[in-house]
Amino acid sequence: MSVLARIRIELILFARQKDTVVFSFLLPIVMLILFATVFHDRVQDGHGGSVPYPQYFLPGILAAGIGLVSFQTLAVGIAVERHDGTLKRLAATPLPPASYFLGKCVLVLVTAAAQVAVLLTVAALAFRVPLPAQADAWLTFAWVFTIGTTAGALLGVAYAGLPRSAASAGVVVAGPVLLLQFVSGVYFDFPDLPRWLQTVAAVFPLKWIAQGMRSVFLPGSFAAAEPSGSWQHGAAAVVLGVWALVGLALCLRTFRWTPPDGRSVSP
Amino acid sequence: MAVPPGPGRDSRAMAIIDVCGLTKRYGARVAVAALDLRVEAGEVLALLGPNGAGKTTTLEILEGLRPAGSGSVRVLGVDPWRAGRRHRERVGVVLQEPLGQGELTVREMLQATAACYPSPWPVDALLDAVGLTGHCGRRVKTLSGGQRRRLDVALGVLGRPALLFLDEPTTGLDPEARRALWQLVRTLSDEGTTILLTTHYLDEAEQLADRVGVLIAGRLAELDTPAGLRARGGGAATVTWTEAGRSCSTITATPARTVTELAARLGEVPDLAVTRRSLEDVYLQLVGEQA
Repeated sequence: MSVLARIRIELILFARQKDTVVFSFLLPIVMLILFATVFHDRVQDGHGGSVPYPQYFLPGILAAGIGLVSFQTLAVGIAVERHDGTLKRLAATPLPPASYFLGKCVLVLVTAAAQVAVLLTVAALAFRVPLPAQADAWLTFAWVFTIGTTAGALLGVAYAGLPRSAASAGVVVAGPVLLLQFVSGVYFDFPDLPRWLQTVAAVFPLKWIAQGMRSVFLPGSFAAAEPSGSWQHGAAAVVLGVWALVGLALCLRTFRWTPPDGRSVSP
Repeated sequence: MAVPPGPGRDSRAMAIIDVCGLTKRYGARVAVAALDLRVEAGEVLALLGPNGAGKTTTLEILEGLRPAGSGSVRVLGVDPWRAGRRHRERVGVVLQEPLGQGELTVREMLQATAACYPSPWPVDALLDAVGLTGHCGRRVKTLSGGQRRRLDVALGVLGRPALLFLDEPTTGLDPEARRALWQLVRTLSDEGTTILLTTHYLDEAEQLADRVGVLIAGRLAELDTPAGLRARGGGAATVTWTEAGRSCSTITATPARTVTELAARLGEVPDLAVTRRSLEDVYLQLVGEQA
């Protein structure tokens, strides 16, 4: 049962690699606690309504967390495995590629679900963020989470082909992720960003995950403050779905077990 | 160049490895040039050659980890670059580069790899065979270089391969670990495993291999049995002695006659020694000629 063995290995490796645990799994949780502790102002919807800061910050940090455990974990992890020879070794065994990717999928799903559970628990218990009671809000949460995580994971596998060494993988991946978080409404109020930055951010998936999460955790009155004046669920589903397909196509076209000829780790 | 027969050549059996005119370029650099090579079932063949001679590239093409440039490559009857899972179940690969995933324990790594094969060695028996039983609970990153190399070999043979590739298997091992690994290779060979290994150690090739190929600048300069190779270069033995206060030596195919002549001339010959010409002498001579 090579699939079960791979899943076990992925989870063991993730848990033992302290840097990935800290920088993709725990970071959003620490950020939530930090921001919710430091900022106390209520955030206005522009029409007289308002919510406490922790409630406003929760959707953005959920989106950031989804991006980190899917995209960043896989992009860095697979790049390192490609350059340290792990993938080459796997390629020499009869391990079916599907088993390898299923192992990665389960890793992302388990860590993303665990992270979301911790974030929601901390937000609700420590900072008294009201969680939605309506089933349709949780339905929205479910599809934003699922399509967002899938797109992030597939794009992460594709992006893992970019770093030219194991040592550079962390920076090559984390830099763009951080930039994207700043323009996608994770740390700043998205409607306050300049119009051109909003347009740039709207090309990438993270903005749509954050916006979808805002529609779940903020009152309906906040929809009017969005640049389009609505939560745009249809557009979010389409953009995230297209990115997932782009990610899949890139994986199928570009994935390699070994670094390209001429820049292999061995001469 | 005449290719001497390997074991089983006359039985008209399919060659385990059959390479014809293999050429591989990296940009303008030619790594492997028009290589022809046949390895028969049950044979142990050692590839020798200086660094950069194309040994690893050749192995990786045969392992299916790199595409061939041109020429035909058949391993167990199929093109290894396009071969599927069934093929890889029958081929064991020990790469030259160090192991990754150092956070796993020895046992975890072996068990995960064993899960890929239909009838792998029992992990405990294999740990014993490579002398890692006492270390099976340790993280791979805490192993010494020699212990990691033994784990590497264990991973390569775990699936009971019909064909085993070993890329410099004993580099970095202490003499005792080297001998233990030689014993493992002999055991596998006795059980019928066909083995293609690369090495920088001439004694290793002599100890293990039925035939030795010398790769120089991507070309197969020699391919012969260790004894046949040793006999190249004009003589089978070196005779040394001291005459008129000077140390003298000669390479000869007939050392007994040389010694008889010396004894007739000098009586009891001072510092007389007859040494079999070593494979290393022949190898260095070959590399020197081609350079």
